[in-house]
This record gives sequence, structure tokens and C-alpha cells, in this order.
Amino acid sequence: MSRPPAFTEDVSGLPDHAFSYRSMTWWGVIGFMVIEGTFFALMIAAYFFLMSNEQHWAPEPIDPPGLVAGSLFTLILLLSEIPNTMVKRAATAMDLPKVRRLLPVMVAIGAVLLVIRGFEFNSLHVLWYSNAYGSVIWGLLLLHTTHVLTDWGDTVVLSVLMWTPHGETPRRFVDTDENALYWRFVWLAWIPIYVLIYWVPRMFR
Amino acid sequence: MKAPAKRKPRKSERVMRDGPDLTGGELEARLEATWSRPKGVIGWLASVDHKEIGRRYIITALAFLAMAGLLALHMRLQLMLPDNDVMTPAEFNEAFTMHGTTMMFLFAVPVMQGVQIYLTPIMVGTRAMAFPRLTAFSYYMYLFGGLFLWAAHYLHFGPDNGWFNYVTLSGPQYGVGKKSDAWAQTITFTEVAALAVAVTLVATILKQRAPGMTLARMPIFVWATLVTSLMVIFSMPAIALVSGLLLSDRLVGTQFFNPAEHGDPLLYQHLFWFFGHPEVYIIFLPATGFVSEIVATFSRRTIFGYPIVVLSLVGTGILAFGLWVHHMFATGLPRVGYSFYTAASMSVSIPTGLQIFCWIATIWEGRPRLQVPMLYVIGFIITFVIGGLSGVMIAAVPLDLQVHDTYFIVAHFHYVLIGGAVFPLLGAITYWFPKSTGRMMSEAWGKIGFWIIFLGFQLAFFPMHIAGLMGMPRRVYTYPAGMGLELPNMLSTIGSFVVGFAVALFVANMVLSFWRGLPAGPDPWDAPSLEWATSSPPAWYNFAHIPAVESRTPLWDSKDDFPVVQGLRVDDRELLMTTVISASPDIREPSATPSIWPFVSAVAVAVSFIGSIFSPWALVVGMIPVAIALTAWFWPKLPGPYAEPQIT
Repeated sequence: MSRPPAFTEDVSGLPDHAFSYRSMTWWGVIGFMVIEGTFFALMIAAYFFLMSNEQHWAPEPIDPPGLVAGSLFTLILLLSEIPNTMVKRAATAMDLPKVRRLLPVMVAIGAVLLVIRGFEFNSLHVLWYSNAYGSVIWGLLLLHTTHVLTDWGDTVVLSVLMWTPHGETPRRFVDTDENALYWRFVWLAWIPIYVLIYWVPRMFR
Repeated sequence: MKAPAKRKPRKSERVMRDGPDLTGGELEARLEATWSRPKGVIGWLASVDHKEIGRRYIITALAFLAMAGLLALHMRLQLMLPDNDVMTPAEFNEAFTMHGTTMMFLFAVPVMQGVQIYLTPIMVGTRAMAFPRLTAFSYYMYLFGGLFLWAAHYLHFGPDNGWFNYVTLSGPQYGVGKKSDAWAQTITFTEVAALAVAVTLVATILKQRAPGMTLARMPIFVWATLVTSLMVIFSMPAIALVSGLLLSDRLVGTQFFNPAEHGDPLLYQHLFWFFGHPEVYIIFLPATGFVSEIVATFSRRTIFGYPIVVLSLVGTGILAFGLWVHHMFATGLPRVGYSFYTAASMSVSIPTGLQIFCWIATIWEGRPRLQVPMLYVIGFIITFVIGGLSGVMIAAVPLDLQVHDTYFIVAHFHYVLIGGAVFPLLGAITYWFPKSTGRMMSEAWGKIGFWIIFLGFQLAFFPMHIAGLMGMPRRVYTYPAGMGLELPNMLSTIGSFVVGFAVALFVANMVLSFWRGLPAGPDPWDAPSLEWATSSPPAWYNFAHIPAVESRTPLWDSKDDFPVVQGLRVDDRELLMTTVISASPDIREPSATPSIWPFVSAVAVAVSFIGSIFSPWALVVGMIPVAIALTAWFWPKLPGPYAEPQIT
């Protein structure tokens, strides 16, 4: 630097971590949520675009998807927000024992959901290569499954991490907090997809 | 929770912070030790330094420019004479597809993002990008995508359906072989890279600006970077999705675009152009950022109408999402669709026009110096205005339907893309070259090069307007004699070789100046923004002390000394986070150290992506190494015993 520095403010007293929008992790998570949300929105647009070409939706003679697996998945997914909120609160309170107890619960819930998701694919009553309707509902379901799977993998790694000495560092609580935020995105994104896959094909027969 | 027990740190492990007691040579040596990367090949691959990654992006993109440029010259040789047989029709198809795909996905967007990666941290006064390992990962994804496309070309399965790879020509029924798959997977690589960069840039700009650099004091180029990064985030998922759906149609038999099974080829076009039109502005807006910086420096006054320029950038960014259907006028639309998209297309010229008036007013009110970067700005304004006017012409449906798919369109978009983006880029390279290398580019050769490229460009592309109006279709490998097309084509070919020569001259100037250029010093142009406050080239840590900003033009307004803040750690990579709007100091966060895992992750993803064009199982099996590499990448390092109190 060619000019001498003129010291103004001392930043050494600032905290070295923070939650929510003060943390860089939050901005990363939000950035990727916006990108993935755009993917969902465009896939939904494609759904309606293809739907506008049809007289019936689901097209005759295909039956609309069976409701059991999808509705059970939805119910458990929505209820998972209770332990998810508990993890989030424990993380912001930096309550390590509670975080260590609750993260494996979220892992178990994720595993159950992935199994039910397998049954969902089996209850669509159409295959992805049958016609454009089959392609788009398989596409929506697959796109959402990748999000459940990604967050599940992330939660597994985080659960292990929190049981190591890393769990004692404040920034890992920030990670736990943001992981819980991402799970909210996963279930919020599911609600319109659930309606599109299971209910719209019933309404426009 | 109780804080974990820690032993008392030894003196050598004490937390070191910059300030009046630690400044000058000792501080710089300590920062150098903290922020430099390991030497050797592994160290090179593990680099997370934004300056290295930005430079790699720019050099790689220029290499792809050269390769795509050679294809253009080959095509011009074919079109020089009627009924020519330098190329076969199949070779011509592949050449224009590779040319367009390379220029748009491997040159134009990456080169702008490369400059943004290089400049943004030093323009906002921070030591590193947010998520530096993600930035490194993005580069390798881009590189592998580009190498894959060109490997496909040399192995004779290069794409040949045009840069937009429309179905049904690219679908499973007509797109035989792996050509379309090569295109679609190249797109996936480049979009992953571009999206990752966009997120890191937005986070860097919103959270890492130097204290006092409020949004209203940000350099215009940083504003342009913010707007384009947000545009990338909202538009690029469309192309990633559509290329994924195309692959899925081709690979596992989905029917998204197959009309026989109630799919719709127009869905492909909508999704493609929902990305494709914003793409033009993703390339163009960073260039307007270059122009605003160059105009202010070389006019020696602040930019005229700063709020107007910023609002124009934001306005263009929003309007750009409302015009994509003007690329589809020839597909047939409802009449209200024609009217709406014509109006929207014409309206986007308003904010751009406002920017041009602001630049002219800045030059008018200032004391302009006609050095090379400024010459490129003037060349840009002239050329871009011509391209913009032909754009307003073809926004009108009746005219568009007449000239659709003719050389008039080819002329129009080369005027706006070369005139609107490449000219400012060449000016920007000349302008920031001394910052990056510590040496000036030759002014004399720069001026000669400018005039050759400016005049050569007009010679190459203006006659294409005439050829197009005479009815010459694009993407056809030859034309018959006796239709009056000989002269414009001969002129275009001569002009394109002149442009090729000028680009070679520009690169030669860069290379020779790198070795022999005059030493630059920190601020050779007497410029106002923060990047000129640090040394040329900047040290690994960018700034010894983080600047404190008090105006839009900090270097012009603080002549004797340089306001800074103190108290950041120098024994660990630490960044200062500030608040989003007012840039008040908020928290200190660590920055990631060099790591080989982003490279390994990119290799794992590349194997999975390339394998997936042969079998969908490659994506499933490929998830395992990708997950392992990503876990290793994100696994944190344990804080040392000398860390600060852990629970506060």
C-alpha cells in the first residue's frame, strides 16, 4: 500500500460466529435454496405446459396415483418439522447434548421417508416412458427425492460430526441450524408437488 | 453450555492481530505465511485464491475463444466463394454448433465470471471470496466441461444441431449417436460452474464489503456483478433443467419433447430461451460495468448519474426475464403474445440507452484521456448502438419474420455480443492488466490493435446485414453464384481474418508485456476504486489492513493516508463480515484453507456426468465417490488449542 494506514475502528471485539443472516453459511444455503426453488418452479411450469395439451389429466385410461404412500409421506414430512424445530432451537441455544440426541432422530425420519418414497414411485400408475404425463410426474417426484436424499446425507454426516470434538465449536451449531433451515425448504417445496402429483390428476379427469 | 477446558496457550501460539503495533513488513510477512498456498502440483490444484482462480478462468476462456475463432475462420473460408467445397455440409454443421456453444458457454460467460472472481474481492476490500473452495470447484467443473466438448469434437461425436440444440432434431428419434448428449452434458458442467460462482459472488458482495462501503457506495462494476449473478441464479436452472430433460428423453425414454406421446418440442424452446435471453445480458451487463469504471477513470470524474446507472442495471436485469419469446416469433403465437413481447423487447433498450447517455455525459463533463481502454469504450458505444438499433428493428414481428434465420440476425447478435461485450472486455483487460501482472500493456501496439479490430469488425459483420436482407439463410454451408451474395461474403471473410489478426496482436501484446511491460505501480491510471490501493499484483491477502470506506471514490478522496480498520487475526485466515446494506462491521469468520478435495470432487462429478451419457446408472453409482469427496471437502479442521474462547 503506497499511502500510510490511518487506523479508524478496532474489530477484534466482534464475535467470531453468528446465526441466521449474519452468518455466511446462511447465505450459501439461501443461495442454493433459491437455485433449487427455481428448478422446482420451472418443472412445475413444464407440468402445466404439458397439461394444457391434454383433454384429461391424468390422460385416459390412466388412473391417478394412489393416495396412500404419498399422503403418509406428506404427513410424516410435515410432522418432522416438530423435531426439526427442536434441533434448530437446541442449535441456537448451543445445547450440545440435545443436538446430539435429536440429530439421529432426524436421520431416522429421513430414512423412513426414503423408504416410503420408494412405495410412492410404485403407486403412480404410470411409467416415466409411457407418455408426457408419466414423464413429468416422475420428474417432479425424482427431483424432490434428490432433495430428501441430499439433506438426509447431510444430516448423517452432521450427526457423526457433532459426536466428535468438532461438535463443541460454535460454527458447528451454525451448521446444524442451517441444516434445519434446509429441511424446511424440503418440506415446503413438497406441498405444491404433492398437490400436483396426487390431486390435480383427480380434479381434471 | 460449559466451555470446553483448554490449556493455556504458549506465547508462540498467541492470537496475532493487525493494528498500529503490527503493521508494515512484519505484518505482511505473517499474512503471507497465513494466506499463501503450498507449492507444487498439489498446492496448485488445491488453490482457493480468487486471483489465481480468476486468472485461470480468463486464460482458459481465451483459449476457448481462440479455438472457436479458428472454427469461425474455417467457416468464413468456406463461405468466401459461392458453391465452395472447403467443408462438407456435415463439417459445417458441426463447426457452427461448436463455434456457438463454445463462444456462449465456454468463453463469454466464464470470461466475465473470471474477471468478476478476480476483481470483486479487491474492489470491495476483502481478503478472499466467500466459499473459496466452491469457487475452485467451479473452475474445474468448467474446465472439464470444456475439455469434454472438444474431446467429443475431435472424436467425431461433437454436437451439430446449433448452439441451442433444438428438439426434435436433437431428440432420440433424429439425433442419432452421442452428439446431442455431448452438448447436453457440456451444458450441465458449465451451468453447475456458473451457478456456484454466482452464489459465491452474491455472498461476497453482500457480506464482505469493506466497512463503510454502503450499497450506495459500491463501484458500478460490483453492482453489475451483483445483478448478473442474481440473473445467473434465476435463469441458469432453466438450461440445466432442459438439458437434463433432453438427456432423459434420449437415455431413459421419457417423452417430454415427443409430440407422439403428448410431449411438446415448444416446451424445449420456452425453457431454453427463458435462460437464453437473460444469458445475453449476463454477458453484456458485466461489460457495461467495465465501461462505467473505465469511463470514470479516463474522464477523471465520478460517473454521471450513479443512481440512474445502477437502476438501469437492475431494470435491465428484471426486464431481461420478460422477453424470451421474441426468439420464438416464427413458431406462431397468439396475437397478444406478439404485441406483449414486441413491447417488452423494445422497452429493454430504454435502461441501456440511459446508461449510454450517462457515459456520454461523464465524458462530456470530464477531461477525457484517449488511452487504449477508453478507445475500446468508444468503439463499444458506436458498435453497440448499431447492434441495439438492429435489435429494436427485429423486435417488430413483421420484420423479424422476414429476416428470421438470415444473416441479418447473425450480424445483429455479433454487433451486440462482440461490440457490446468483447470490445469492453479487451478494454478491461488492458485496464486491469497492470493490476494483475504489475506491468503495463504497450500503449502503441494497443492503439494499433484497437483500430485494426474495430475496422476489421465492421468489415466482417456489416456486410452480413446486406446478405441477410438479400435472403441469405444462416446455418447453410454454401450459396449459389449469381444472387448478389458474392461481394458481401467476400468482404466478411476478409474482415474476419483482419479480426483474427488483431486478436492475435492483442494476445501477443499481453504476452510480451507480461515479460517486458513498463512497471505499473499500485495505481497507474490514477483510478478511484479500492483495487488500486493495493500492490500490483496484489499479495495473497489482498490488503495488509482492511480498508475503511468513506465515499464512492475512496482513492480520490483520501490523498494523504488510507483509512483502515484493525484487529483481524493474522495467524489464521479471518474475514470481516459486514451488514448487507450499510456495511457496518458485524462478525469475524474464518476463510477456508487450500484443499485438494474440490478438485477431487470435480473429477468424481465429471466421471459421473460423462458416464451418464452411456448409462443412467453412472449417476447412481457415481454418487458414492462424489459423496465421499464432498464429505472430505466439508469436514472441518479442529481449532487449535490457541483458538479463541469457543462458547461465548
